[in-house]
Amino acid sequence: MSEVIVENVHKSFGTVEVLKGVSLKVKKGEVFALIGRSGSGKSTLLRCMNGLEKVNSGHIEIAGHAMSRDPAQLRKLRTDVGIVFQSYNLFPHLSVGENIMLAPRIVRNVAKSEARNTAKEVLKLVGLSEKFDAYPDELSGGQQQRVAIARSLAMQPKVMLFDEVTSALDPELTEEVLSVMEQLARDGMTMILVTHEMGFAKRVATRTIFMHQGTIWEEGASREMFANPRTPEMRQFVKSDVK
Amino acid sequence: MTFRTFGPDEFLFLLSGLQWTVLLTIIALIGGGVTGFLIALARVSSLQWLRIAAGTYIQIIQGIPVLMILFLSYYGLGLAGLDLPPLFAAGASMTVYASGYLAEIWRGCIQSVPKQQWEASESLAMTRAQQYRYVVLPQALRISLPSTVGFAVQVVKNTSIASIIGFVELARAGQLINNATFQPFRVFVAVAALYFVVCYPLSQLSRWLERRLHVGSHR
Repeated sequence: MSEVIVENVHKSFGTVEVLKGVSLKVKKGEVFALIGRSGSGKSTLLRCMNGLEKVNSGHIEIAGHAMSRDPAQLRKLRTDVGIVFQSYNLFPHLSVGENIMLAPRIVRNVAKSEARNTAKEVLKLVGLSEKFDAYPDELSGGQQQRVAIARSLAMQPKVMLFDEVTSALDPELTEEVLSVMEQLARDGMTMILVTHEMGFAKRVATRTIFMHQGTIWEEGASREMFANPRTPEMRQFVKSDVK
Repeated sequence: MTFRTFGPDEFLFLLSGLQWTVLLTIIALIGGGVTGFLIALARVSSLQWLRIAAGTYIQIIQGIPVLMILFLSYYGLGLAGLDLPPLFAAGASMTVYASGYLAEIWRGCIQSVPKQQWEASESLAMTRAQQYRYVVLPQALRISLPSTVGFAVQVVKNTSIASIIGFVELARAGQLINNATFQPFRVFVAVAALYFVVCYPLSQLSRWLERRLHVGSHR
């Protein structure tokens, strides 16, 4: 059964069509990498999957919820779909622990002690147990991003979306964030990630989608696709990434 | 004909006027604060008509002198058959005046909370009310403190306008003493000094808050 279904999605910003009929299916436990040049529509596609962008036409179903404009329906979908952003977006006025406990407490109505236990568990998972009482501005970028991942995990999502989560980090900090994501993938989380980390996509993603000009240009098993790109655009893109 | 001189009794009279100035300021800030907060929320509402209505209110209040608001509430409502005591008319007009400015100050503060904070909280399935309550308003409050306290200084000084309708606050008390003593220099230096004593600490507080609470910090 598919955990994520995207069918013939079109999305325009003004007169510019950024998604021109995109369809994909992600099975439970699969890790999808979305790659492509800036402006190819990969981030927009990801943001459509949790309703941060509204599609013009097409159908999206994720973790058993149909995408909807109805706020209550959309919130149901979002309780099961986590997203992590490039700029972390932690709440600066709350401590790490409070950042993580907030949504479970007020959205899922979890008891305080239980929320606290969950927060400690997910913090341990991202290797930051000792930072429970720290504030975001006391953490490095890599640590903040790991807290952001923990904050999403505390909602116990069925699908996790990652939007260029390491683009603002230097290589060392990138590594610590990627290793957390790799662990998640091994634990069977269904994940879709927009990334520029080709090595990571090749190693961790079960499937890779190469987007070009608002369409899925090439799709396949990651290893196979990186080893033998079929289209000249993908070949060019993979080649230009070799540093 | 003999004049009184400006002595301790006269100074005490000024102090009693100062009490009314402070009271009027407090009424304006509480009344204007509550109204202004609601108007600020309306100004950033997702409903267009509500945004336009709130924007129009702010433009009107900021576009007319406080004195006109005062005359309208004192004489206007008087003509309508409501005989308002000066404190009520003064309190009502200072409330209206403060609400128009506080709404605009706070609208700016709410909108200066980064868009990403809305996206992050929205993605965690919070309702709009929860986003305001737990994420946006606590940050906006921090940002708003220096300018709000700074505005309070303006309110203290502008309460002197209420003297026009016979409300005996500090400025009016000064006039009365001057009429009796005919020592304008002494009297109004004392009046000015009393305003300063109230406003200066507020200005300093505003500056201190500004240094202390820079945006994005939790402290």
